Amino acid sequence: MATETDVQPIAVAPRSWSASKSFAWLGVTPFVLFSLLFLILPTLLLMVGAFQDAEGHFTLQNIAGLADPTILSAYWISIQVSTASALLGALIGFFLAYAVVLGGLPHWLRPTLMTFSGVASNFAGVPLAFAFLATLGRLGLVTVLLRQFVGFNIYSTGFNLLSFWGLALTYLYFQIPLMVLIITPALDGLKREWREASAILGASGFAYWRYVALPVLWPSLLGTTLLLFANSFGAIATAYALTGSSLNIITILLYAQIRGDVLHNQNLGYALALGMILITGLSNAAYIVLRSRSERWLR
Amino acid sequence: MKQSKIGAWIAFAVGTIYFLVPLIATFEFSLRMKRGEYSFEAYRVVLTDPNFQASFSYSAALALATIVVSTLLVVPTAYWIRLKLPKLRPFVEFVTLLPLVIPAIVIVFGYLRMYNSSSFLPFTSSARATDVLLTFGYVTLALPYFYRAVDTGLGAVDVRTLTEAAESLGASWGTILFNVILPNVRSAVLSGAFLTFAIVIGEFTMASLLNRPAFGPYLQLVGANRAYEPSALAIIAFFVTWACMGLLQIFGQGRRGSSPATR
Repeated sequence: MATETDVQPIAVAPRSWSASKSFAWLGVTPFVLFSLLFLILPTLLLMVGAFQDAEGHFTLQNIAGLADPTILSAYWISIQVSTASALLGALIGFFLAYAVVLGGLPHWLRPTLMTFSGVASNFAGVPLAFAFLATLGRLGLVTVLLRQFVGFNIYSTGFNLLSFWGLALTYLYFQIPLMVLIITPALDGLKREWREASAILGASGFAYWRYVALPVLWPSLLGTTLLLFANSFGAIATAYALTGSSLNIITILLYAQIRGDVLHNQNLGYALALGMILITGLSNAAYIVLRSRSERWLR
Repeated sequence: MKQSKIGAWIAFAVGTIYFLVPLIATFEFSLRMKRGEYSFEAYRVVLTDPNFQASFSYSAALALATIVVSTLLVVPTAYWIRLKLPKLRPFVEFVTLLPLVIPAIVIVFGYLRMYNSSSFLPFTSSARATDVLLTFGYVTLALPYFYRAVDTGLGAVDVRTLTEAAESLGASWGTILFNVILPNVRSAVLSGAFLTFAIVIGEFTMASLLNRPAFGPYLQLVGANRAYEPSALAIIAFFVTWACMGLLQIFGQGRRGSSPATR
């Protein structure tokens, strides 16, 4: 029978509530320790470092230092690239998902698109940059074909793969599939009865979208767009392999800072990281709020 | 109806062109190494490069280590939360989602500050210790996908009844975890594992900033110095990703995530 040291939860002997509680807590100790050591503390340490000077005194100097033109423009370009790729990715991804879910296309297209989206949304980083260099770089296939057969030189129009739009276009390769994967369940949640009911009441297709579908879908649409934004904001490998350090985006600046202290101030680097966490944190928080709103309809 | 169908086809065609053309172009480019003819020369050069073999096997080994550590960390935790501490669920879920909020480059920046050679745990002082730190970093990156996969898998089995049955037959906690719970979430663990492999094999940021000879930094180096090999590598990477996702489809039950980690 159960003794004092016996820790079977269905032990017969009544044990004090606190003892069994503390035992239950032991079960999550490894996880708590791990997340403290490798996720929470390292991040907190950076956040604290953003408010310290080199000697460890409290200061707001680093936060003020973010107003440096180079840093501000890096944030600004990052925000623009992320916004452009998130909005376009959400728009195109939505139409693609709509086409296979509600557009009346053959049924076998849907699993094909889903599988491919699963692959493409994970095909990122350095290889993705190589693929786009081989496609739209100065010697890329599309560039060469257009020049030879259409006589159209895309590089003479001011397009450059190693620039703002080139990077946004490359990011779309994983943004669109991500949108397709997340928005498809939401489109599945649009009940056929709603469409029929609105049609019986004499609503046009436009009215149905304006008064029924979009009001139901907008939290998902906006939330997923925010997720896409955060997704590309923290990305570095693709941009670094594509543009080297020629495009001044925040992740590349932070990478250079970690590598060689280009700002000549470690603590300013911490402030840089803090700013990134704030931006991705806010967009993710908004995504979670909007997702819980949209789930009311998708049961 | 007719009109909307045309629109749907156009959307699908545009999407197909955008996604297939870069793959075709990359493949075509990778065949151009020998002048005036198509050949697989670039692939031969890449695959016989000792640095390719070394960095790929290094990353594959790290990925396996990451999968083992993730399994040992996540399965008992998710099981315990469901069985004993349902109140903690929101907290643990919040923590597992943090790696999606905090960019990988920020996490590794924190590591470099916290575990430098003068700290209480000088992880970055030796190569072996840095490998351990990098593995833990990858466990962190994979946490959102791994935890969700395992937790969903546990939701599909009756954890409480299984536990009580095993206990009444005299099983110890170790036995319950390894012989009862783990086999029941095998497919969830496998789907988490394939996604983790896809994330880790080409990961660049953490490996590069911790100065480890992984596959991601090797890819970047080749890209900066060679012409045709990068596209051959891109095709190889695409097929590795495809294989991982294909296996995930076979073993996992349809739930999957996407990995900002590799970006």
